[in-house]
Amino acid sequence: MSAIATDLSATELSKGTSLPSWLAPLLVVSFAYIVVPLVGGSYLFEAILLPFLALSLAGVGLNILTGYAGQVSLGSAAFMAAGAFAAYNFNLRVEGLPLVASIVFSGIVAAAIGIVFGLPSLRLRGFYLAVSTLAAQFFVQWALTKFSWFSNDSASGVIDAPKLFIAGFEFDGAVGRYLFALTVVVIITFLAHRLVISQTGRNFIAIRDNETAARIIGIPVLKTKLLAFAISSFIIGVAGVIWAFAYLRTVEPAGFDLDRSFQILFVIIIGGLASIRGAFLGAALIVVFPLALSRLGSFLLGDVFDSGVLDMSQRIVLGALIILFLILEPDGLVALWDRVRRRLLLAWQSS
Amino acid sequence: MSFFTTVKAVALSAALAVSVALPAAHADEQYFPLQSYRVGPYAAGGTGFFGGFIDYLNLINIRDGGVNGVKLTWDECETQYEVERGVECYERQKSHAGAAAWNPLSVGIAYAMIDRITADKVPLITVNHGRTDSTDGRVFPYVFPLLLNPYSETSGIVNYIAAKEGGIDKLKGKKIVVLYHGSPYGKETIPIYELLAQKYGFTVQQIEVPHPGNEQQSQWLTIRRTKPDFVVLRGWGVMNPVALKTAVKVGYPVDHIVGNVWSNSEEDVIPAGDAAKGYTAITTQASGNSYPVVQEIVKTVYGAGKGNLEDKSRIGSVYHNLGIVNGILNVEAIRIAQEKFGHRTLTGDEVRWGFEHLKLDPAKVEALGAKDLFHSINVSWDNHEGEGYVTFQQWDGKKWNVVSDWIAPDWALLRPIIEKSAEAYAAEKGIKLRTAADADAVAATN
Repeated sequence: MSAIATDLSATELSKGTSLPSWLAPLLVVSFAYIVVPLVGGSYLFEAILLPFLALSLAGVGLNILTGYAGQVSLGSAAFMAAGAFAAYNFNLRVEGLPLVASIVFSGIVAAAIGIVFGLPSLRLRGFYLAVSTLAAQFFVQWALTKFSWFSNDSASGVIDAPKLFIAGFEFDGAVGRYLFALTVVVIITFLAHRLVISQTGRNFIAIRDNETAARIIGIPVLKTKLLAFAISSFIIGVAGVIWAFAYLRTVEPAGFDLDRSFQILFVIIIGGLASIRGAFLGAALIVVFPLALSRLGSFLLGDVFDSGVLDMSQRIVLGALIILFLILEPDGLVALWDRVRRRLLLAWQSS
Repeated sequence: MSFFTTVKAVALSAALAVSVALPAAHADEQYFPLQSYRVGPYAAGGTGFFGGFIDYLNLINIRDGGVNGVKLTWDECETQYEVERGVECYERQKSHAGAAAWNPLSVGIAYAMIDRITADKVPLITVNHGRTDSTDGRVFPYVFPLLLNPYSETSGIVNYIAAKEGGIDKLKGKKIVVLYHGSPYGKETIPIYELLAQKYGFTVQQIEVPHPGNEQQSQWLTIRRTKPDFVVLRGWGVMNPVALKTAVKVGYPVDHIVGNVWSNSEEDVIPAGDAAKGYTAITTQASGNSYPVVQEIVKTVYGAGKGNLEDKSRIGSVYHNLGIVNGILNVEAIRIAQEKFGHRTLTGDEVRWGFEHLKLDPAKVEALGAKDLFHSINVSWDNHEGEGYVTFQQWDGKKWNVVSDWIAPDWALLRPIIEKSAEAYAAEKGIKLRTAADADAVAATN
């Protein structure tokens, strides 16, 4: 796959320039921790950064399954929902359970559901597998609506997220919730990065590229596929907790519908398959671009057309731009980013 | 000469005064952030409701020059009825100065906003819908499910059926089927139907129609077997016309089906064609364009080419009139608050005070040109619903006709249930119950 080629060239490149590979992520993370909270306003956190972080994490999770292990899934939103509702119920029903523990448990619940719905992957591939993961999407949403136990018998089935307490410290307000989400995302992304460069990550790629060959060289295909489903669902489940607890502050089954699954799939396709950075770049585009278009539209033409017409035209523009982008850069934003960086470095070295 | 100088001086100082006063006059605006939805599956409701709301705000601006000279402004942000878009719109629009109240017309978005608007101290209006227990103003100071919450709606429907049968004691032994939408909204009233059935001695069977509800054969075959005296349709969107058509197919009499407040619009019955003839549904605001206020909107707003509805035949439809009534309630709350705080741009908390003193008796409603459009409202600091009355309309194939008096839901029966639920919420969230004195303390700045 061409995505690997870009990965390799990126590694070669960083060797050549003698910049340590951990430097860039470290700079980004420290910028996110130190500078952003100082300069950002509540709109930045509430409307851009929080959904961006949640979707990025879900993208990282799906990328492990689809990008690295090659199993297409349309059930991401279901795993997010499972995570969000599991965390809510652990928090509600187990007295004194710390928030960190309920987040971990919710990830485990999502992973268990992921394994169950990953079983068809042992027989099905490609589009057939994608269709079978739809079952997860519909089943989870149906179960959460049907059994009111999940929403603590709340009259309308919509529940309030609990306050975010960790070790006696409350993550309150937009900045607090942002820092909470950021911390979770940084830790899990780091672990995901360690995973994909480990033997397990290589096994994922081997299965993706040629299942028969992988089996011949002794990779346990069955176990590895289910492991990919479990890890991916765990991460997506935690992303669901961030979506519900830190971003929206409310949980309802309807928010985790098929559209959300597609949105996460678009994040990794646009960002770049089999790349951790790709999930972040893709989520940035998916979150920011429609907002920028909508604000530009209402700023320029808000007085002329009503909001419905504007919204429709934004969809057309957005769709056209995505198609155009995928034709011009099928490997996603990551490939574009690497090419730009390479050009700049070459220009710098030759000067 | 001296006369001339005086005139000149007066003119000059007048010009100076105007130039100084102009920016101040400009600042006196009250802003409505409208999280509307004009595309997506619920666009029919969104365009009608926000169309009516904007039409009424326009009427106040054009006819009266605003509320006591304070001009009403607004802008729209498209939510498509999706929660995260609603939240983004909230964050985008809240920075605008002089916000009066939020009206998202979506339960999901309203839920996501409760914490935020409470921190920002701006009222959140969920007319005819919303969270039932937000009626309790002791726990939800800034949330107003005006006119009708889901429990009152249920009580109103049961009282109507009782009146049709000849009295509340005649309900004993009757059989009622509730056909509800398989969503949080649809399930909200399950416990209250059970409670009323127990209290009045009728039997109730509640049948779920899975979302979106375009296939109801098995549910209606069950209904045919049960032979209930009435079927209550608690539908949403496409589920409603399908229910009416399937009822005709299995031979259940349409005039024994009673629709709830989200199954009561033209958009619900017209697609069902002849099958909808004789269908009755609850409403808080009658449809039709004969009411003086609707006529004034037609004359003043549409006459000036500023009408919001593209399809003028929808003027006076159920959703459009709901928008107009919502406009009346918002504007009158501002007017009431202005009498206390001054004729100027109010803070969100001052408007909240206005809503908590929003008392429009039938005489006042008539003075507003809305006699028979809606009955009355009586909001207080601890009752944020305001005792709205309901009426019932029957569809004759072309239009809705009012077939009942204004009916009062059984508020005294519902209040303890609502208080219990609200107190549980307060305990869970660690909220201190508000008192009347707290309600009178108003924040002068946002």
